[in-house]
Amino acid sequence: MKSRRDFLKEAATGAVFFGAQSTRGMTRMLEQRAEQAKPRVVIAHDPALHGPDGKLDEKRVGDLLDRAITIYTGHKQPAEAWKCIVHEGGAEDKVIGLKTNGLGGKGISTHAVLVFAIAQRLQLAGVKPGNILVWDRNARDLQACGLTINTDPSHVRCFGSDLSGFEETVEQWGTSRARFSKLLTRECGMVINLPILKDHSMSGVTFAMKNMYGVIERPQDLHAGGCNPGVADLNAFPVIRQKIKLTIGDAMTSVYEGGPGFRPEHLWQPNALIVGEDRVALDQVAWGVLDRKRTEMGLQSLEAAGRPPRYIATAADSTHALGVNVLQQIKVIEV
Amino acid sequence: MDMKRLNLLFMNSLIFVLVATVVISGCKAKKANPFPLSGAVAGWEKSSETRTFEPKDLWQYIDGDSEQFIQAGVVSTSTSDYKYKDQLEAVVDVYTMNGPDGAQTILERGQTKDAQTVHLGDEGMQYAQSVHFRKGRYLVRIVAYESTPETPQALIALAHGVETNL
Repeated sequence: MKSRRDFLKEAATGAVFFGAQSTRGMTRMLEQRAEQAKPRVVIAHDPALHGPDGKLDEKRVGDLLDRAITIYTGHKQPAEAWKCIVHEGGAEDKVIGLKTNGLGGKGISTHAVLVFAIAQRLQLAGVKPGNILVWDRNARDLQACGLTINTDPSHVRCFGSDLSGFEETVEQWGTSRARFSKLLTRECGMVINLPILKDHSMSGVTFAMKNMYGVIERPQDLHAGGCNPGVADLNAFPVIRQKIKLTIGDAMTSVYEGGPGFRPEHLWQPNALIVGEDRVALDQVAWGVLDRKRTEMGLQSLEAAGRPPRYIATAADSTHALGVNVLQQIKVIEV
Repeated sequence: MDMKRLNLLFMNSLIFVLVATVVISGCKAKKANPFPLSGAVAGWEKSSETRTFEPKDLWQYIDGDSEQFIQAGVVSTSTSDYKYKDQLEAVVDVYTMNGPDGAQTILERGQTKDAQTVHLGDEGMQYAQSVHFRKGRYLVRIVAYESTPETPQALIALAHGVETNL
């Protein structure tokens, strides 16, 4: 029979032991929760994406898209992943917009093969063709992507804000004012953002957030200060916060210098798709991708070249609160 | 002054006015269209209408890139698409600056170590898929969307065609 002293001693030891275990367990749990709370960015690569003729392999693009989306959503089957995306976006029986970027012209615009692959998968997930709207600033930009204008609702539709027009009301956020495309405000229930990764002569980087310049009437009004705070302010408008649900960034071809136009002497093929919901995190990651290529090609970093994408930090600040720009707080998954 | 002299004076004035009109019209025509017509350069067809942008609207064409041109003194920008033997597509951009300095600034700013000097205008350079040159206050960029063995020579030929019209 143990003495009271021994009993208490053993009890205290046990408490310390189990307390220590609990502390370690708690720490591990907190670490896991912190890890799960990080915004995720999936970068899916396929080095053989372009064929020997330099053209994109349609099947490989589809496979790459499936890999990126299944990894991002955690669903093993692409069909389930897309159903989840539609459901999470609250877009059942609503129009899903696919916002491309054709501003750079034919050589450096969102690739039609990616747009077709996404539209096909949305239809397999139950979305009616007429409820898929591929859109951009105008017909020319869409045609630069290799797309054909179509307003027939029995098929996937494709047309620009030049047809729909812009809202009469000028909205304001911070110091930025804008009139929004009616395609965003009235047509689309949810938008999947399809930017193309490019260097930009003023903002440094143009990718997930800057693609929103194509949804307003006068983007030129938001270029001052290296597009800062223009890009951040624009993405903070409620209609953009609410409707832009997912970004599937086209990094199959990119330009690392001289953008945003087509500069073949600075063209490269990262052969990747960059997927995420946090557009700040996406742009932060994209910045790193561009800078690594610039270094490889013997160019200065964007910071050294005097045009770091300052809008990213602005977008992450407490006023805008659009996302996370600290790499250690972003979960980058490369597949 | 007698009638003979008056007539002579009148005729000389008339001839002067006629010649001046022809010269001015010719200059205007030359200034208005630097873009070679289809067939004017062997193998090349002009495949689109010419679009022209004033500085305040240049952003519609080249977005943020317009800023450097505005700062360098761009007065007007014109662009047109071309096709070469159904195998190559290209775009020709002609920037009219307020002086030769502006054209030189932009041309040299965009130069990379891969540039090869070519004899075009006052200064020209070529890459695998593009040709850039300046002539007086004009800056010309010709960019091909595809790279084939014929691309460099074809672009040079088109560039000479544009240069002739400047």
